[in-house]
Amino acid sequence: MGTGRKRRLHFSKIYSFKCGRNRFDDDHSQIGGPGFSRVVYCNETGVAEAASQSYADNYVRSTKYTPMTFLPKSLFEQFRRVANFYFLVTGILSFTKLAPYSAVSAILPLIVVIGATMVKEGIEDWQRQKQDYEVNNRKVKVHRGGGVFESREWKNLRVGDVVKVVKDEFFPADLLILSSSYEDAVCYVETMNLDGETNLKLKQSLEATSTIHDDSDFNHFKATVKCEDPNASLYTFVGTMEYQEQQYALSPQQLLLRDSKLRNTDYIYGAVIFTGHDTKVIQNSTEAPSKRSGIERRTDRIIYFLFFILFLMAFLGSVYFGVVTKRDLDGDRQRRWYLGPDRSDIFFDPKRAPAAAVYHFLTALLLYGYLIPISLYVSIEIVKVLQTIFINNDIHMYYEEADKPAHARTSNLTEELGQIDTILSDKTGTLTCNSMEFIKCSVAGTAYGRGVTEVERAMAKRTGSPLIVNGRDQLLDDHNDEDSTLSVKGYNFEDERVTNGYWFHEPHSDVIQKFFRLLAICHTAIPDLDEETGKVTYEAESPDEAAFVIAARELGFEFYKRTQTTVSFMELDPVSKKRVERTYELLNVLEFNSARKRMSVIVRDEDGKLLLLCKGADSVMFDRLAKNGREFEESTKEHVNEYADAGLRTLILAYRELNEEEYKEFNEKFTEAKNSVSADRDELIDQATEEIEKDLILLGATAVEDKLQKGVPECIDKLAQAGIKIWVLTGDKMETAINIGFACSLLRQGMKQIIITLESPEIIAAEKDGDKNVISKVSKESVKKQILAGKAQLTASTSDPFALIIDGKSLAYALHDDIKSTFLELAVGCASVICCRSSPKQKALVTRLVKEGTGKTTLAIGDGANDVGMLQEADIGVGISGVEGMQAVMSSDIAIAQFRFLERLLLVHGHWCYRRISSMICYFFYKNIVFGTTVFLYEAYASFSGQPAYNDWYLSLYNVFFTSLPAIALGVFDQDVSARFCLKFPLLYQEGVQNTLFRWRRIFGWMLNGLVSGVIIFFLCTRALDPESYRKNGKTAGMEVVGATIYTCVVWVANCQMALAVSYFTLIQHVFIWGGIILWYLFLLAYGAMPTSISTTAYNVFVETLAPAPSYWVVTLFVVIAALVPYFCYKAVQMRFFPAYHGMIQWIRYEGNTDDPEYVNMVRQRSIRTTTVGYTARSIARDNNLYHLNLELQAPK
Amino acid sequence: MDHKNAKKPSYSRFSQQELPAWKPILTPGWVIASFITIGALFVPIGLLAWSASDNVVEISDRYDEACVPDDFNSNAESFIQNPDTKKTCIRNLKVPKKLVAPIFVYYQLENFYQNHRRFVKSKSDKQLRNPEDENDLHSCYPEANTADNKPIVPCGLIAWSLFNDTYKLSTRGKQITIDKKGIAWKSDTKAKFGSNVYPKNFQKEGLIGGAALDESIPLSEQEDLMVWMRTAALPKFRKLYGRIETDIEAHDTIKVEIENNYNTYKFGGRKKLVLSTTTWIGGKNDFVGVAYVSVGGICLFLAINFILLYVFRPRRLGDPSYLSWNRHPIN
Repeated sequence: MGTGRKRRLHFSKIYSFKCGRNRFDDDHSQIGGPGFSRVVYCNETGVAEAASQSYADNYVRSTKYTPMTFLPKSLFEQFRRVANFYFLVTGILSFTKLAPYSAVSAILPLIVVIGATMVKEGIEDWQRQKQDYEVNNRKVKVHRGGGVFESREWKNLRVGDVVKVVKDEFFPADLLILSSSYEDAVCYVETMNLDGETNLKLKQSLEATSTIHDDSDFNHFKATVKCEDPNASLYTFVGTMEYQEQQYALSPQQLLLRDSKLRNTDYIYGAVIFTGHDTKVIQNSTEAPSKRSGIERRTDRIIYFLFFILFLMAFLGSVYFGVVTKRDLDGDRQRRWYLGPDRSDIFFDPKRAPAAAVYHFLTALLLYGYLIPISLYVSIEIVKVLQTIFINNDIHMYYEEADKPAHARTSNLTEELGQIDTILSDKTGTLTCNSMEFIKCSVAGTAYGRGVTEVERAMAKRTGSPLIVNGRDQLLDDHNDEDSTLSVKGYNFEDERVTNGYWFHEPHSDVIQKFFRLLAICHTAIPDLDEETGKVTYEAESPDEAAFVIAARELGFEFYKRTQTTVSFMELDPVSKKRVERTYELLNVLEFNSARKRMSVIVRDEDGKLLLLCKGADSVMFDRLAKNGREFEESTKEHVNEYADAGLRTLILAYRELNEEEYKEFNEKFTEAKNSVSADRDELIDQATEEIEKDLILLGATAVEDKLQKGVPECIDKLAQAGIKIWVLTGDKMETAINIGFACSLLRQGMKQIIITLESPEIIAAEKDGDKNVISKVSKESVKKQILAGKAQLTASTSDPFALIIDGKSLAYALHDDIKSTFLELAVGCASVICCRSSPKQKALVTRLVKEGTGKTTLAIGDGANDVGMLQEADIGVGISGVEGMQAVMSSDIAIAQFRFLERLLLVHGHWCYRRISSMICYFFYKNIVFGTTVFLYEAYASFSGQPAYNDWYLSLYNVFFTSLPAIALGVFDQDVSARFCLKFPLLYQEGVQNTLFRWRRIFGWMLNGLVSGVIIFFLCTRALDPESYRKNGKTAGMEVVGATIYTCVVWVANCQMALAVSYFTLIQHVFIWGGIILWYLFLLAYGAMPTSISTTAYNVFVETLAPAPSYWVVTLFVVIAALVPYFCYKAVQMRFFPAYHGMIQWIRYEGNTDDPEYVNMVRQRSIRTTTVGYTARSIARDNNLYHLNLELQAPK
Repeated sequence: MDHKNAKKPSYSRFSQQELPAWKPILTPGWVIASFITIGALFVPIGLLAWSASDNVVEISDRYDEACVPDDFNSNAESFIQNPDTKKTCIRNLKVPKKLVAPIFVYYQLENFYQNHRRFVKSKSDKQLRNPEDENDLHSCYPEANTADNKPIVPCGLIAWSLFNDTYKLSTRGKQITIDKKGIAWKSDTKAKFGSNVYPKNFQKEGLIGGAALDESIPLSEQEDLMVWMRTAALPKFRKLYGRIETDIEAHDTIKVEIENNYNTYKFGGRKKLVLSTTTWIGGKNDFVGVAYVSVGGICLFLAINFILLYVFRPRRLGDPSYLSWNRHPIN
C-alpha cells in the first residue's frame, strides 16, 4: 500500500484552494435544528445508537410497481382511461337485465384487452427491475471491523460505513472523504454524470483525517457527523464532524456524490453519509414524467368525440323509443298488442315510458359501444412494443465498438419520433467525442497538417470530388486515418515535413522550434512519468491543453517534469541528433480567464534569457503584436480563418524577450496585485499583465479539433434537409460552442450571427458595483435590447440566414416570463440556435419554452446527467449510451450509442412509426364506425328497442378477432417507402412534422368513409334479402340470416379496405387480412356446429341456410365491391393527381426514376431550396459565393 | 458470436424489416383494369339475376282492409275482436302468367315489429327443446304461466302471438292443396324444437293472442309455429304458409277463402297473401339484378372517365408543386 503514496506532488501548492480548511460560518449554527438533524456515527455500525437510526438503505428502486402493488396499481392505471372505464361500466351493466347481449360476451374482450396491457406493463417493469439489480449489486470494499475491508454489494451499504473506493470506480453513495492516496488527501472526481462537465474536480478531506492511510488504521477510527437532511442541492453541504473530541466544519469540498467517479487517484476512504434515495443525485432526479404522444392525445379527443356521438345516438334512440312505447298503450287500448304492453316490466312499460326510456338509454349505450374501438389502446400498445423491438434490433443502429444496440426504453413514444420539429442537442459527448486532437498548425506563415476533419470528409463525400488537402487525396486514406487515431489519443497531426524531426529542414526552422517549445512550456499540465516504460502521460485542466502537450511530445519536445519552479522537457537537438534535456525556470504563470482569453508564462531559459510565452485567442492576440513581430500576420490570419470555418479551435502563439528591468518592474506590480485583498484585485492583476503582454512576436497558430463523433455532419445535414431545426445547448463557453457550430455546419461563413451576451462593458461595470438588484436590472435591459435588435435585424433581411448565439447569463434573463416569447420568436426565426454556458436547469427551461411556445414536438438528445432535465422535459429524450455513466440513458426514452444513429432513428423508424400508428388509428375508427353504423341503422328498423341483428358473439369478437390482426399488422409492418428512400428523400419526414397523416381532415375523412360503407352495406343487404324468399326452397330470411349476411359483408369490407389502404404486402399482411375473413367463416362453422344452447341464433346458420344460397354469395360480392368503390375512386384520383410526398416517391420507385438525378432533384427541390444549415447548404453557399466572385471579377473587364 | 459483439442484433430480413413485399400502387393501368374487370363481371351477373327474377311469377294481394265488412269500416278493431263476427272473406286472384310448381304461399305482415327486443327475447329455447325444462320461464314474462301457476308451453310473447289467418285456395272450383310440411328449417325441427314437447296450457285463458296449437302434436311438428318463431329481421316480412305442388295456368282465377282472424288493425299493420315461384336467386327481387348492373355500369363509366383523364391530363409524376405544404408554404 505504501507504493500508492509514492512520490507525489502536493497539488495544493500549485493550485490555491479556497476550501480545505473550512471556517465555521452562519450555516453551521443551524446544525441540529430543523432541516439539519442528520447524525451519522462513522464506523460504528454495530453500536446501538447507530443501529437505532432508521436511514434509508442503499437500495435504489426505479420500478413502477412492486409485486404487491402491481395488481391494484396497474388496474387503476388501466381504468383511468376513459374508454377502458366505459367498457368496465358496460361490462358490469351487462350482468343486469339492461344488456342487449350476454354478459360473458361483453366481459371477455375487456379481459383480453386489459390482460394484454397488464402483461406488457409487467414485462417492462421487470426489465427495469433487472437494471436495478445490476446497479444495486455492484461491489464496493467496506470496512468490516478490525481494520479489515470486505467486498459488499452496494445495496447492503449502511449510513456510517467506511468504504474504500479505488480508481475509476463510481461512488456507491454520498461519501465524506476521509483520506486519499495523496498525502494531502485530495482526490480527483469526474462529475460528468451529475453536471456533464468533463473536467476533473478536486475534492479534499479535512486535514484532521488526512493522515489515515491504511486499512488497519480504521480499526479504531470513530467520528460523528452532524449535517443537513437529505436534499437535492448538488453544490451545498453543511455539516460538522466530531473527531478526536474536536469539532470540524464540513463543506461540499468533502462530499463525494454518488454517480460521480474517482479519477487519477488510486483510492480514497470515505464515510457513507447519504444512502439510496437520500443521495443528492437521486433526490435530484425528479420522477420521470409519464409522456404521452400527441397522437395519443388526439386519439383521446377522437374517442371523446365518438363518445359524444354515442351519447347522441343513444339519446335520440331513447326519445324515439319512449315515444313509441308510450303510444303502445292508450288507456285500455293497446296498439302493438303482441308486445303485451299492458303487462310490461319497467323496461318496456308504456305507463312509465320516461323511465323505460332512461333504462333504454343505458341499454343503447351498451349496444352502441361498438362504435368505440375497445381494442384500440391495447393494439396501439402492442404495436408500439413491436415497433420498439424493431428499433432495438436495427443492425444499422448498432455500435460495434461499444457493443451497444439502440434501446427504446419506453415504448409509448415511437410515433413522436416521426414528428420532431426541433432537436435540442447537448454538445459534449453528444456531438463531439469529448476528445481534442491537435490536427493542424500554421507556423511562420506556412500551414502544416494533413489531418482531415469530419466536416471536410463529409463535404468531400457529398460533392464526390477527391479531397485534396496539401496535395494528398484524403478520401483514399480513410483507413490510414483510423490507424492514426488509434495510435495516440489527442493527436492527429500528419505532415512529413514536420514529423520525425524533419522540421529542421523547413525554411523557418528556428520559428518552428520556438513554436513547439512554447507548446511544451506554456501550460499548466502535470506530467506523470511511468517509470517502467518511460512514457509520459499528462493531467491537464482541459483536453485542449492536453492536446498541445501531447503534440509537442509527439513532435520531439517531450515535457516530462514539473517542479514548483521549473519546467523540464526533452528535445531533439537538430544538430547533434541527440535528445537533450532542457530545464526552464518558471517565474510566473499569467492564468487564463474568459476576459483575458490568453495565458502566458514567464520563464528563464538555460541561457538566462527571460521569455514571455503567450498563447491566446486571435481576437486579442493580433492586437498585441510588435511592429517587427507581424511578419507572418497576413498568412496566419488567413489560415486561422480557414481553420475556424472548419470548426477547429485556434490559438495564436507568440512570444517576446524581456529584459531584467522590465521583468523586475512587472514582477513587483504583479506580486503586489496578487497579494492585495481589495475588491479590485483582479483588475490590478489584469493591469499588470496587460502591460507585459504586448509587443509580441508572432510564431503561428494551432488548430485543435474538438473531435466530432463519426458521421455527425452528415447526420445534421440530413436532419436539416428533413426540415428539422437543431439547437445546441451546451455548458461550454461561447467560443467552443461557436467552433462546434462551425464544425457541424450549423454555422457557416455568410450566416449572420446574432450574439446575445452580457460581456459588455456597462454590465461588467455594474457587476463591479456589486448591487444585485442593479445588476439584474441592467442585465435584463441589455438582454431585452439585444433581443429586440436581433429581431429588427431578422425582419430587415429575409435573404440571409441568421444564427443566434446566447450565453447562459443572458439566457437566464431571456427566459423571464415577460421576454421569453420575444426571445422565442427571435430564436425560431434563426436557422441555428446555440445556447452556451447553460446550466442543466436552463437546458430544461429552454426545452420547455420551445415545446410550449411553438407547440411543436421536441426531441432532446444528450449523454450526461446534466441533460436529464432536458431529456425529461422534451417530448422525447434520447440518451447517448456511448460513454460511461447511465444517468442520461436511465432518464431517456430511447438510448442510442452515437449521434449519427439519430438520422435513421428519426427519418426511417420515426417516419414509419408515425405513419403506421396514425394509419392504424384511422383504420380502427373506420372499422368501428362501419360496424356501429350497421348496428344503429338496424335499431332504426327495430323501433330502437335495443335488439341487434347480430349474435352476441359476432358483436364481441368483431374487434378482437376478425379485424384487429390486420390493423396490428399495418401498425407493425407497413412501409410506405423503403428505408433507403426514407433516407434519400429526407423531406418525406415533413409528413410527420406537419402531421399530414393525422390531421382532422384525414381522420374525419376516414370516419366519413366508415359511415358511407356502413350505410351502403346495411341498405344493400336488407334490400337484397327482404322480404322475398332468398332461396330456391322458398324460405325467407329471418333475423339470423340477415344478421349473418350483413356481418359477413362488414368483415369483408373492413378487411378489403385494409388491403386497399396498405401499400406493402408481405406474407404477414396476406395472412392477416385474408385470414381475418377466413377466420370469420371458420368461426361461423365451428360456432354453428355447437349445440343450440350455446350457438343460439347461429346454430347451423352457415351450413343450412347461408352457404347453399347463391344469393348470399352474390350479395356479399356485390355489397363489398359497392362499399369499396368510393374509396377506390378517391384513392386513384388522389394517387395520380394529388399524391402526397410518399406517393411521389412510390411513383419514382415504380417508374424506376431513382437513378435519374435530375428528376430526383426536382422532387427534392424544396428541401434543397430552404435548407440553411448542414454542409449541403454550406457547400452551396460557398459555390454561390464563388459564382458571385467570378461575376464581380468579370464585370470590370 | 464472439464476446465482443454479444449484443449485436442478429440479421434477418424480418428483424431488419426487409421482408420481400408486394408494393402495389394505383397506376392508371391498375385502376382502369380493375374498373373494367368489375364492370365486365357485374353486368352479366346482374343481367342473369335480373332475368331470373323476371321469370318469377308473384301474385300479391293485400286483404286486411278488404276483408273488413263495410259496416265495420270505421271500427275494424271491434270487428276483429268480436268472436261472433263472420271472419271468412273471399278474394279472387288473377294469374297473369303460369305458375309452375312448387308455388310458395306466404303471408306478409307490415309494420309488425317481430324484431322488438321485448318480443325477440320473450321465449324459452330450453323449454321448446326439452320437456324437463318446461319451467324455464324467466324470459317468457308476461306469457309464462297460467293464473294457477302452471307453465305455458310454448311460453312467451312470440308463440302467444302466433299468426292465425288461414287460406283455402281453389281454382275452377277445384280445391288446391297447400302442403304445410317442410316449411320450417331443418335445424328447427331437428334441434330447436323437441319431438317430445307438447303444447300445454297454451292460449287457454286470459287474453288470446293468436292461433292455438293441437296439444297432441309435438312442437317439432308444429311447423307454423317454428316459422313464426324464426323472428323476422325487419318490420315488413314474409313468412312461408305452405307449398302448392301443382301448376296453375295463366289467366286462371284463384279463389281464396281467408279466415281473417289476425288483428293487425290495432297497430295499423297490413296483411298480404303472396303466391310466388322461385328461381336460383330466390323470389321476385329485381333489386339485386338492377343493382349489379348499375354498379357494373358505374364502374365502366369510371373506367372511361379515368382513361379520358389520363389521356387528356397527363402529368409529370411527382411534381412537388402539388405538395400541400408547397401550396401553402409554412411561415
